[in-house]
Amino acid sequence: MEIMMIDRWLHIIAGVLWIGLLYYFNFVQAPAQAAALADKDGPGPAAIGKYIAPRALLWFRWAALATWVTGAYYLEAAPQYSLVGAFSLGIGAHNVALSSIGMGAWLGTIMLFNVWVLIWPNQKKILGIVEATDEEKGKAKRIAFLASRSNTLMSIPVLLFMQAGGHGMPF
Amino acid sequence: MNPLDSIAGTIVSGFILAIILAYVVKAIAGA
Repeated sequence: MEIMMIDRWLHIIAGVLWIGLLYYFNFVQAPAQAAALADKDGPGPAAIGKYIAPRALLWFRWAALATWVTGAYYLEAAPQYSLVGAFSLGIGAHNVALSSIGMGAWLGTIMLFNVWVLIWPNQKKILGIVEATDEEKGKAKRIAFLASRSNTLMSIPVLLFMQAGGHGMPF
Repeated sequence: MNPLDSIAGTIVSGFILAIILAYVVKAIAGA
């Protein structure tokens, strides 16, 4: 049994779960909440915040951590990479695959930071899991929104660099 | 105007960043 290859498999599963939920938040949930808020005759967005968002955020933040941990393990375990080499962007190695996976690793690390330091603590205020004034909730909404959108933006180069390591770059 | 305020702006910015960083990666690797 090859642990490294099972780890890579788990990394992809966790990554799909993480980025899938990220796209759900950005492309589905946030516009749906805005539409529900604007619909004065509708049921409102309360149920989304009470029943859906906390569950989605639970899977989202732990999938993000699992993606990073399995990715870091793979970088160290795979013979063609190294953790230090990747996070040094392969400088001096003249290796496109190493520089590519390193760029993806850096972007993924920034995205993990955004999840745990910017999105989750601010979502706790927005959802009422922790106490916050209306002003604090307003600020929290903007910070969480921008961090989530930034991660959506960075997911595009991340997916390029993650597959480019093994399959090459399109340009 | 912040491109992150719209989904289209976010996606377009993502592709632009990907292209820029791809050339940065190639420059670092000397490819």
